[in-house]
Amino acid sequence: MAEYKRSTLIADSPSGYCPGCLHSLATRLVSDVIEELGQGDNSLNVISVGCSALNILYWGGDFLSVAHGRAPAAATGIKRSNPERLVFAYQGDGDLAAIGLSEIMSAANRGENFTVIFANNQTYGMTGGQMAPTTLIGQKTTTTVYGRDPATTGYPMKMCELISTLEAPCYVARFALNSPKGVREARAGIKKAFELQLQGKGFTFVELLTNCPTNWKMTPLQTLDYMNTNTIPYFKPGVYKDTEVDK
Amino acid sequence: MGEKKFMKGNEAIAEAAVRGGCRFFAGYPITPQNEIPEYLSWRLPEVGGSYVQGESEIASVNMVYGAAAMGTRAMTSSSGPGISLKAEGISYLAAAMLPALIVNISRGGPGLGSIQPAQSDYLQATKALGHGGFHAMVFAPNSAQEAVDIVYDAWEYAERDRNPVLVLMDGCLGNIMEEVELPPMKELKDEDLPEWSLSRRNGRDYQGNITPIYTELILEGLNAAAGEMYKAWEEDDVKVEEFMTEDAEYVVVAYGIASRVAKEAIINLREQGFKVGMIRPITLFPFPKANIKNLDYSRVKGIIDIEMTIPAQMREDIELQVLGRCPVYEYGRSGGVLLDDEGVYEAIYEIVSGGEIDG
Repeated sequence: MAEYKRSTLIADSPSGYCPGCLHSLATRLVSDVIEELGQGDNSLNVISVGCSALNILYWGGDFLSVAHGRAPAAATGIKRSNPERLVFAYQGDGDLAAIGLSEIMSAANRGENFTVIFANNQTYGMTGGQMAPTTLIGQKTTTTVYGRDPATTGYPMKMCELISTLEAPCYVARFALNSPKGVREARAGIKKAFELQLQGKGFTFVELLTNCPTNWKMTPLQTLDYMNTNTIPYFKPGVYKDTEVDK
Repeated sequence: MGEKKFMKGNEAIAEAAVRGGCRFFAGYPITPQNEIPEYLSWRLPEVGGSYVQGESEIASVNMVYGAAAMGTRAMTSSSGPGISLKAEGISYLAAAMLPALIVNISRGGPGLGSIQPAQSDYLQATKALGHGGFHAMVFAPNSAQEAVDIVYDAWEYAERDRNPVLVLMDGCLGNIMEEVELPPMKELKDEDLPEWSLSRRNGRDYQGNITPIYTELILEGLNAAAGEMYKAWEEDDVKVEEFMTEDAEYVVVAYGIASRVAKEAIINLREQGFKVGMIRPITLFPFPKANIKNLDYSRVKGIIDIEMTIPAQMREDIELQVLGRCPVYEYGRSGGVLLDDEGVYEAIYEIVSGGEIDG
């Protein structure tokens, strides 16, 4: 039996995440992989704005907290200055796919040699559950009280699909964290992304489908079912680009 | 002796930055500052630095934020509309206490304005470079040489204060060709990287973090500390040139390109017997309050604010020191129309000849 213990990159303080929130699991996976790769001291977490910013309360490794949507820009400055560091940005969907769309697409297009971990829970959790660019059609939020209507708000943005159209990124993949199988695959995907970065291969992007029990107004278990029936059919998990394989 | 070269103002700034230790630049094209990124795009890689053409002004200043957090001497440059876009990032630099150099080669405003030179960004530079009530030191050189000297030492101030520094010039000074004496290359060592830096090249072996987010009481304390820092700048860091003020009955206040045009006019007016002098702020923030406040107002009959913008933006800072002890006049051109010798001479002449020293 594998021993289950606290990652040394998670500080000994409450996470701040709501009960049942998969953000905790996502950060746990990232910290586990960094530890496994022996990169604890060498890693640098670029923390964005939204629920992802709760990382500043309990991330135990080096981190830089940055402005909303700007993590890929700040990570560019970091990595260009200190290419030896394992640099990753941890961003939510409002941060990455709305206010930070320009920064993520441009950093990916330049092939910046860092990793973006994208937690997609289809809502602005920190501000109380407004519509995100990834909110599903029909999904109710505080700014789409009758459900998201594509006639006025368009359609949920598929970031893996968009980024994989670019030449430079070397690994683009999406995983769902609502099942043990998905968690295992996500862990392997994060590890692959970090390994490619350490080999200097270029831009890597890992999207993690997560939940928001508080703002979806569901129990944690209900959110996992909702993901199966609604989220996953639209945001299909899989590897969208892998230049090592695609060659 | 340093190396002498005939250089454009913008290129001189770029070379001075490299010699002052700058190893990271990110920026976005905008006239009239394009020679700065163009020069640094090939020059920085020569010295092991990095240049990024950002996808926007917003991204560029946030790239600088990232590089600065590693202790790397980093800068960005732009002109008025682009500085507005950078406002968010500059505020974050101040919040996270990160040193960086911002250069504004200003042009006509507001809005897109004109691409021709103007001094239209004084208020933005000195009062609110971004939200949240912070200040940066603002330097306003009036020659390529003075720009070189200021930019060369900009990070000494920025790192001392852990705060961004702004150099404000206009499109004239950015594009003027002048002889400059270039200082030697500063050699910066990894072990000298500041302790707060997130780089581990200085041997740091414990967790480090930098954040612009604070709890209420800590933020209040940092606000108060910043207030103390601004007061200390006023005591220690004011840079100002006084020209023929000893016996002046009229004192021009002008900075940057306006001060050069005004100086010519003052020399000509002196030949006509008019006792005119000039106070030239080199730092716009901290403003040289004492120089204006302590003038002998039993002799001084008027202060003339000359700026290449309409309405004058420095006037309130001047009036707060004059406190009604003599009239304050203003003259300027705006919108990208340049101040010229005749216009400035005639404007000052009209004021001084209409007064008691007529004849």
